[in-house]
Amino acid sequence: MPVIEHPNDAVVRVTLAAICGSDLHLYHGLMPDTRVGHTFGHEFIGVVEQVGSSVQNLQVGDRVMVPFNIFCGSCWFCARGLYSNCSNVNPNATAVGGIYGYSHTTGGYDGGQAEYVRVPFADVGPVKIPDWMHDEDAVLLTDAAATGYFGAQLGEIVEGDTVVVLGAGPVGLVAAQSAWLMGAGRVIVVDHLQERLEKARTMAYAETLDYDQYDDVVVELKKQTDHLGADVVIEAVGAEADGNLAQQLTGPKLKLQGGSATALNWAIDGARKGGTISVVGAYGPIPNAVKFGDALNKGLTLRMNQTPVKRQWPRMFEHVRNGFLTPRQMVTHRFALEEIPEAYHVFSSKLDGCIKPLIVPSAA
Amino acid sequence: MSDPDIGDIPSAYVRDKRTPPPSSEELRARIPGWGVDLNPADRPSYPKLQYPADTGAHWDFPERQPEKWPRERSIEHAFVTPVFGTAQPPKGLSGVVRKYAYARFSEGRLAHWMLLVAGDRIDAAEHRLRSFASPRPDVPATGVRSEFTRGGLRSRRGRSDARHHLIDPVVVAGPWVAGAGAAVLGVRKVARALRR
Repeated sequence: MPVIEHPNDAVVRVTLAAICGSDLHLYHGLMPDTRVGHTFGHEFIGVVEQVGSSVQNLQVGDRVMVPFNIFCGSCWFCARGLYSNCSNVNPNATAVGGIYGYSHTTGGYDGGQAEYVRVPFADVGPVKIPDWMHDEDAVLLTDAAATGYFGAQLGEIVEGDTVVVLGAGPVGLVAAQSAWLMGAGRVIVVDHLQERLEKARTMAYAETLDYDQYDDVVVELKKQTDHLGADVVIEAVGAEADGNLAQQLTGPKLKLQGGSATALNWAIDGARKGGTISVVGAYGPIPNAVKFGDALNKGLTLRMNQTPVKRQWPRMFEHVRNGFLTPRQMVTHRFALEEIPEAYHVFSSKLDGCIKPLIVPSAA
Repeated sequence: MSDPDIGDIPSAYVRDKRTPPPSSEELRARIPGWGVDLNPADRPSYPKLQYPADTGAHWDFPERQPEKWPRERSIEHAFVTPVFGTAQPPKGLSGVVRKYAYARFSEGRLAHWMLLVAGDRIDAAEHRLRSFASPRPDVPATGVRSEFTRGGLRSRRGRSDARHHLIDPVVVAGPWVAGAGAAVLGVRKVARALRR
């Protein structure tokens, strides 16, 4: 069991966790300084078991949802709302803030796919789960759903925009829902897994494109947008994108680059000149083969960040309560903590129609 | 000469011919919540920089967490941050490589990251060797069982990514086979040298 290491720490007993698509980057060895024995997991909720001497806002027994960011609340970046860029929590790198269970490159904190987890800055990060909120919505709001909503905001959508979402995974599905909230006129979701495309149609009311059906999906995107391209592309895939065998082989398989840049390149090609690309798919610090020249030549605006989760919550809570955002609709699998090797394999290989797996500790 | 008919020319090639999206009334009727965040001011991350009223922090600079070993840190940092993770302290040869990567190269240098990747592989090898010397050796890839219980073949039918799934066994087993081959060659070489 973890211990209190700092006066503002809490120890939380995990009641529900999830595997995130970005956990697969660790699982596949794409994130440097991932140490044997590291406990993964940055999407979790639980009950406060212990608090440090300076904790004022939480008490033992509180049911809390914990943002995937670890942040101090007082540095230059936190003071400006950039919670995911906190400079006081990650000695291992200045480029990235602190994240639970996401290698030593993000601070070396054990994560929440566990029975218990150390939660630093307990007065700053966690929030008590509202009584009306479903636990499965709460756990998805700690990252996947918040990241989808944030991705749509980075797109700076204006009324009537054509928005293309690359990836119909958990982040992409919520990004598609969120694009409508911001006034999109058309939302097109691109993937190749049938169950995910179906979910994009039913959960996010989106048009869908199965890239396996086209020789070149970018050409199809151009045709469907009257050769303009999309006003906004939201890249919700990240470093293990499928769709290009050479990128897959040189990236995730042989590690000759930091991952596959297929989705980034499709975003650059698929956006209209002068358009905006929002990147919320996760990439590590090792370089990727990205077609940066085309982004320059097209005058694109590229916006990206790790999501400052807690900043999203008050508005998102309203949207979830009103039924405008429905994260728990994407949950397909629930595994006991003891079955986590199977959970990773099923999610990683997308077996059995898996879109989002949750992890339930037996002590919960 | 008259202008050509632009009826068949796509929007990108003429001034202002874009197909209008459905009306806001139509979208509002079809999509739950359409347009509720139409005003950027209602979006939580707009503007990018904004001072939150209260973050919950009741300090100007956080109290420093005790450092139980010389904590490895990026040389781009001014100091070890006041709070940090304490999982898996560096040890063994992988620990030496990791500590060198942090002490010598900044995050801007590829060598920093390549050494950390090498450290990961060494760490894995160290743990495998330790596990094989123990009464309970690790069983690699335990999750593969789900190939049989969760429809491994059925789930992949018709999927383009199944092509590169085929090379996974090669990528995973390749280093083991290469390692075994190198060991056999090494043993033979030593044996020959001893016979001479």
